[in-house]
Amino acid sequence: MKDDQQQAAAVPGMRVMEKRVTVSRRAFLKGSGLAAAGVTALSAGSLMLPARDALAAEFTHLGADIGKTLLVMARDIFPHDKISDRFYMLAIEPYDAAAAKDPALATLISDGVAQLNALAQANFKAPYAEVPTETERLTLLYTIEHGAFFQKIKGDMVTGFYNNKAVWPLFGEEGSSWEKGGYIARGFDDIDWLPKA
Amino acid sequence: MSKTFSKDDNSVVVIIGSGAGGGTLADELTRQGVDVVILEAGKHHTQEDFENDEWAMFAKISWLDKRISAGGWHHTETYPNLPAWIVKGVGGSTMHWSGLALRFMAHEFKTRTTYGHVPGANVLDWPISYEELAPYYEIAERKMGVAGTKASGLPPMPPNNHYKVIEAGARKIGYKDIVRPVASNTRPNDGRPACQQIGYCMQGCKIGAKWSTLYSEIPRAMKTGHAELRPQSMVLRIEHDRSGKATGVLYADKDGNQHLQKARVVCVAGNSIESPRLLLNSASSMFPNGLANSSGQVGRNYMNHTTAAALTINPGPVYMYRGFDIAAVVSDEVPNNPDRGFLGGYHLEGLALHLPFAAAFMKPGGWGREVSSALEKFDHMSCVWVCGEDLAQEENSITLHPTEKDQHGLPIPIVTKTDHTNDVAMRRHGLAQWRKLSEAVGATRVIDMPPYPASHNMGTNRMSEKARDGVVNKWGQTHDIKNLFVSDGSQFTSSGAANPTLTIVALAIRQAEYIAGAMRRREL
Repeated sequence: MKDDQQQAAAVPGMRVMEKRVTVSRRAFLKGSGLAAAGVTALSAGSLMLPARDALAAEFTHLGADIGKTLLVMARDIFPHDKISDRFYMLAIEPYDAAAAKDPALATLISDGVAQLNALAQANFKAPYAEVPTETERLTLLYTIEHGAFFQKIKGDMVTGFYNNKAVWPLFGEEGSSWEKGGYIARGFDDIDWLPKA
Repeated sequence: MSKTFSKDDNSVVVIIGSGAGGGTLADELTRQGVDVVILEAGKHHTQEDFENDEWAMFAKISWLDKRISAGGWHHTETYPNLPAWIVKGVGGSTMHWSGLALRFMAHEFKTRTTYGHVPGANVLDWPISYEELAPYYEIAERKMGVAGTKASGLPPMPPNNHYKVIEAGARKIGYKDIVRPVASNTRPNDGRPACQQIGYCMQGCKIGAKWSTLYSEIPRAMKTGHAELRPQSMVLRIEHDRSGKATGVLYADKDGNQHLQKARVVCVAGNSIESPRLLLNSASSMFPNGLANSSGQVGRNYMNHTTAAALTINPGPVYMYRGFDIAAVVSDEVPNNPDRGFLGGYHLEGLALHLPFAAAFMKPGGWGREVSSALEKFDHMSCVWVCGEDLAQEENSITLHPTEKDQHGLPIPIVTKTDHTNDVAMRRHGLAQWRKLSEAVGATRVIDMPPYPASHNMGTNRMSEKARDGVVNKWGQTHDIKNLFVSDGSQFTSSGAANPTLTIVALAIRQAEYIAGAMRRREL
């Protein structure tokens, strides 16, 4: 069986999604229904930092260290190697503004991150976000996975990440179709790789 | 046009609920000149409110008032406060239903006779036969516009990618009975347009091609001048007089103000959780165990089908969401064949999910590469929902919470469900067959999923020949109270392996004929 790319090239019959980002950053932010209103363009100072640290620096309330920990944790919870940090950032960014208004949430997150970092220091002599391999970080997450902090982050990621319209094209999800006339003329029946009956 | 009835008008039939049962009943009664007041707990949405967005529509139309999952089923962990996935709104769950309009098989009306005594279950024959219901199935298929049926005359739904991949696998492993009777227009019909293969059918059909009482039966009933619809009207209790006859219903409007609507006949169609809950909440000194409950069976025998689901990663792209949500339906496993190790049968129903629901339901609570690596192949996925017979068990039930109350001060419902060993064997068989079917077209991975929150809820006010075995007779009339009827899926004596909506509609058509006749004869 041919892989996707070959198939898309070889068989023009089936309308196949390329699973890459095709929207501009502006549309990307606009299209992301769950992103916090607080998602802003990166500040000038942050351009001096590595990309991940620059994203984490946007956590003005909880702070960059917590931002970076959550970002790495979000990736480890639902790892998609070809999807960049900024999409994960959209899922966790709302915590910063929410924690500013909700002391219980702020405590849950800061205590949770502190506990995770303490575990990481004890086992790997580095904070969680700096533990070099996914395999090592997972051993830490397995330790905390039944706790309230992990459950909260993981539970929110299911919608915060996968229900973000900006990531849908990366999975071949085309989203709302009624305004395009549905699929009646756009490939509802164009499958072409099935063996002939 | 739309009419207003006085709350003191005791000549009206009050219908509680406006979904498949209540909406159909309103249409059928008003066309026979009977005056009805429809009390609907939810809001009156229109197609303007429908979005092609799974979570947005879930939040907008679902019945989200607190309920508790109890018993031995998976939902106590996965969906502790969402045992059932049904709708609160005008049109009820016909907004959300998949559109799959399957008939029961003859033996499914005669389960006690066919299966014999089943230890641990409370199996009973219906007091009606398939032959008695068949003419009403015909009318229902015509009313609803079930594609590919003789009754509707509508052409079959054209196969989409998801249909084709499932059909190919099914044929390869020897299945022959592959069907797709869906109540969605394949050409303009009954004032509604033809299906445009939009998908998102379960989020409310944006163009109204899929049948729903929201835009079919309810407006038609209103046009007769014999119906009044009161949305956001939550019925709190059914009142009765000293002779034990129902006299009216007490309900709360959207502001919480209480009203008493008098009635000549009361029909309960609030789905299998709210309907028994209302009867139990209507307990009085004369009926201390709840209305119509001399048998003790109100709220018992809760059935929600033996279900399971699985996602398959196919060798090529499918885009299962393109087109009508129901794909191929395999019916070969529906006949009763105890050699398989269980009684009754099941359908394998192709049912599309979009990415957000695939992520949420695939492995609730799951995380890591096990989940994410599968979702990266979302575009290659096909999806099955196993829908099989669920044997009635008395302890599977709707009961009232001893202390916790809802916003109206009513005890919240506890939904208790434990699998019978028959369910476990059937689920295992269904998932194994789906795996074979998938592998026959080259699937590289099949991910079994736990059952979704139940959209099919049945049996909690069941029909019975004898008053001691159930709540209602063969007309859906309660054994205890002559002018009190049950008009929804809670009447079901068995669950069958068929999605319940078509049978609910057929029963409501038949019940309307009975009620209108009995009113003319002054028996009611």
